Amino acid sequence: MTSPQDSVHTYTHPYIPNAVPAVRQAMLEEIGAASVEDFYADIPDGIRLHRPLDLPEPLRSEAELTRHMEALLGRNTSTRQALSFLGSGCYQHHVPAVVDEVVNRSEFLTAYAGEPYEDHGRFQALWEYQSMMAELLDVEIVNVPVYDGFQASGTALRMAGRITGRRRLLVATAIDADKLSRIRDYVRPDHDVTVVPVDPATGRADLEAVREALAAGDTAAVYADTPSALGIVDEALPLLADLAHEAGALYVVGCNPLTLGVLAPPSAYGADIACGDIQPLGLHQSFGGANAGFIATRDEERLVAEYPSRLFGLVPTSVEGEYGFGDVAYERTSFALREEGKEWVGTAAALHGIGAGVYLALMGPQGMREIGETILALTAYARGCLAEVPGIEVPYGDALHFADFTVRYTGGRTAAEIRAELKERGIFGGTPTGTHEAAFCVTEVHTRSDIDRLAATLKEIVK
Amino acid sequence: MTASHAPVPVSPEEARIAGKPRLRRFQQASWDEKLIFELGSPGERGVLVPAADPSLGMPAIPAALRRSDPPALPEMSQQQVLRHYLRLSQENLGADLNIDVGQGTCTMKYSPKVNDQFVRDPRIAALHPLQDEDTVQGVLGIIHGLEQLLKEISGMDRVSLQPGAGSAAIYTNVAMIRAYFAARGELDQRDEVITTIFSHPSNAACAKTAGFKVITLHPDADGYPDIEALRAAVGPRTAALLITNPEDTGIYNPRIEEFVRIVHEAGGLCSYDQANANGVLGITRARDAGFDLCHFNLHKTFSTPHACGGPAAGACAVTEELAPYLPRPTVELDPETGTYRLDDDRPGSVGKMRPFYGVVPNLVRAYAWIMSLGAEGLRAAAETAVLNNNYLLHKVRQIPGVSVPYAAGRPRVEQVRYSWEKLHQDTGLHSEDIGLRAADFGTHYWTSHHPYVVPEPMTLEPTESYTRADLDEYAAILAEIAREAYEDPETVRTAPHRSTIHRVRPEALDDPAVWAVSWRAYRRKVLGEAGR
Repeated sequence: MTSPQDSVHTYTHPYIPNAVPAVRQAMLEEIGAASVEDFYADIPDGIRLHRPLDLPEPLRSEAELTRHMEALLGRNTSTRQALSFLGSGCYQHHVPAVVDEVVNRSEFLTAYAGEPYEDHGRFQALWEYQSMMAELLDVEIVNVPVYDGFQASGTALRMAGRITGRRRLLVATAIDADKLSRIRDYVRPDHDVTVVPVDPATGRADLEAVREALAAGDTAAVYADTPSALGIVDEALPLLADLAHEAGALYVVGCNPLTLGVLAPPSAYGADIACGDIQPLGLHQSFGGANAGFIATRDEERLVAEYPSRLFGLVPTSVEGEYGFGDVAYERTSFALREEGKEWVGTAAALHGIGAGVYLALMGPQGMREIGETILALTAYARGCLAEVPGIEVPYGDALHFADFTVRYTGGRTAAEIRAELKERGIFGGTPTGTHEAAFCVTEVHTRSDIDRLAATLKEIVK
Repeated sequence: MTASHAPVPVSPEEARIAGKPRLRRFQQASWDEKLIFELGSPGERGVLVPAADPSLGMPAIPAALRRSDPPALPEMSQQQVLRHYLRLSQENLGADLNIDVGQGTCTMKYSPKVNDQFVRDPRIAALHPLQDEDTVQGVLGIIHGLEQLLKEISGMDRVSLQPGAGSAAIYTNVAMIRAYFAARGELDQRDEVITTIFSHPSNAACAKTAGFKVITLHPDADGYPDIEALRAAVGPRTAALLITNPEDTGIYNPRIEEFVRIVHEAGGLCSYDQANANGVLGITRARDAGFDLCHFNLHKTFSTPHACGGPAAGACAVTEELAPYLPRPTVELDPETGTYRLDDDRPGSVGKMRPFYGVVPNLVRAYAWIMSLGAEGLRAAAETAVLNNNYLLHKVRQIPGVSVPYAAGRPRVEQVRYSWEKLHQDTGLHSEDIGLRAADFGTHYWTSHHPYVVPEPMTLEPTESYTRADLDEYAAILAEIAREAYEDPETVRTAPHRSTIHRVRPEALDDPAVWAVSWRAYRRKVLGEAGR
């Protein structure tokens, strides 16, 4: 490998215009510096790297880079090439072309933290996202997106802890193990998390057990997910609100916003804080890389004061008829107060909020109702079809499921074996949730015949 | 051809188009666009979705869980939605459109378009994270490959790409520090984290969130973190030092090894915030200065787009000693078969930092960017960023009213925090006024530098992406605004004049009675509309 000083001058990379030797030299002369080394004078020699980084030879041309990346991408099989029934926190929904058109615009994709004067569009689009989510969630406050739904749940619970001054957090519905891991880590300094096991027969919250757990006192929040990690929309959701409030705790509900054209928003059955992930609202799966979180509450000062994230507000400008935007209650944030702010705020997932806003605007109330109905109907159909396959039990009886559901294999073969055979037949699905249990997911992208194919294939595999 | 259409003779003088003005004439698009709730009409549709087959039937929904009233979302045809958002996009100034050196501390560099193409390919965009490993070897290879690249760039032993952004990476490092001391039974004793006032606020805020007490070092007279203050702060309670170098002033702390040594001698760990790594790629590494952990912001140093404030992506790099605490799963390569797998069986792990494995589209972009540059390209990026910065420094320091606090006569690395204090004293104008006037020239300038340790701050970070002409233009814009400030302050005071909107009246943003985070809140509180 040549030394970097030598090779820098052998070509000028298209991303680095001023590496042109003559330009570089002219700039040095104008500054009055002998070399770029002059600018590194404060970095002690002892910690200088006296060799080139040991990296692969660069793929200098765009053509070479594309060829290299194409070879890597060729080692992936996408959910367009296979029939996928994978869900569990990342969902395969149709992304309308207009969503991609908007979020891929350079003006949005490459902007950052501009002021309302040059980034008016970003402020308006994000405020409109907040506003459309507020309609969906039937509240008045929704934040600019945080990283993901896990973060949203963790922060919502810490908000509840700050508001109540209490220590215990109760999880009342089946919860994704990774989400629980994140929540436990995140609240650790201030809170203990108790998971109240769901009723194993029904998969639903065990109200007696929750009541008993609440009797110990000091509970900041009762937390529920809907659909739960089992895919269940629990009839007990409103009752959990009553239990929480009787105990002086807040009720925090994590929900899939895509359900809300049909299903009641958490605020309608007593939730004080709703949270969740907007990946289902027009964001690609991207190997799990496109999640973004929302937090939503009533418009009460004590609640607003506990948000760590940005909240854009609508205000007048100096000219009548103009919509201006800015940060509501900026002084609560760590930008303003460092460690005295609420948790922290930084770059998170704003563009996903713009994308979700476009999605909601395209869908409107009718689209949101219809997609919810389609998924509910297909989920019920899929559960029914699979229940008829010999060697498969579909647990939790008539509980309402949305998208995700679980099955039990009773024929002796393991969930891992069955999943592997499905894959051999071009079907992704049946993520093991136990030795003989597995998770499937259907969305609006699936047709009745896709589900029939899944059932027929399982019939061949499940002995 | 008739005589009336005969060409009129034009002299060369008349045909000559005058040269462009010294400063660009700019007008931000202003569509006077309505709010989306004011558009459309009932019954309009933007997209149709697959309808449920009526023969499938509909499961019963318990009454309390059924939505009673449809959400009051806009009802718009597809083109109206597109037009609305494209107008908003035109009212937004992306880095692709302007000389975005005014967003200092954030490293606004060019995000190559070819990398966006990889991300949009269905073999990334339509991959599900729970697919079998043998169907995702390509993306696992990219993640693993990026980890290897960042190991070499940082000098560290292991890397996790799971954190969702830079601040999430800071938090992840703090969580690992906490897990490390918990495993050693020292967490009750080591409950303090030391940071500096010129580091990003998230260093202090993440440490506090993770349960640590925060001690903040202020600069000494030269602008370096005060080493005597460090000596006074460090002790048996010290869990860690979280420090950026160069700090947001652009000043490199030459005693960084000594800082690390002092903290290590007290039994603490040292975590390097490498948000400002762009000027030192291939020059010096976190490990070389003795750090135990560091993080990178892939959207800064490694070119992924900033996306209006995310999605970003963070990378945590640690020594072997901290490796057991990395988020799970890790991506492992079986050298015999050349296949990648996810290792979720890591009992010491801090657990999950986000769903699945990280902000994968940005991992793909960062990987492609580094692969296209290689060692020589990274070094060229760093050196050119530093050259550009010192060139801009040379130009800006000639502008009346501006000063360069601290470390007089010393060079700066990748950015400079300037001060308009003198201009403010002379004219009454603030740094923010200058930033707003800069918008009139088609560029952006950020003024959020809490706390204002440097009065009337301005932080410029030119990166390697901009040409000499760009830097000359940016400096000329600042010089023009400074001239106006002294000769025609009203123009600056009332700026912007060519933006989408005029000055926001922010008073309502802090008043619970009228703040309006949503359309329905605005209608209820400001318009006084009954109901919701």
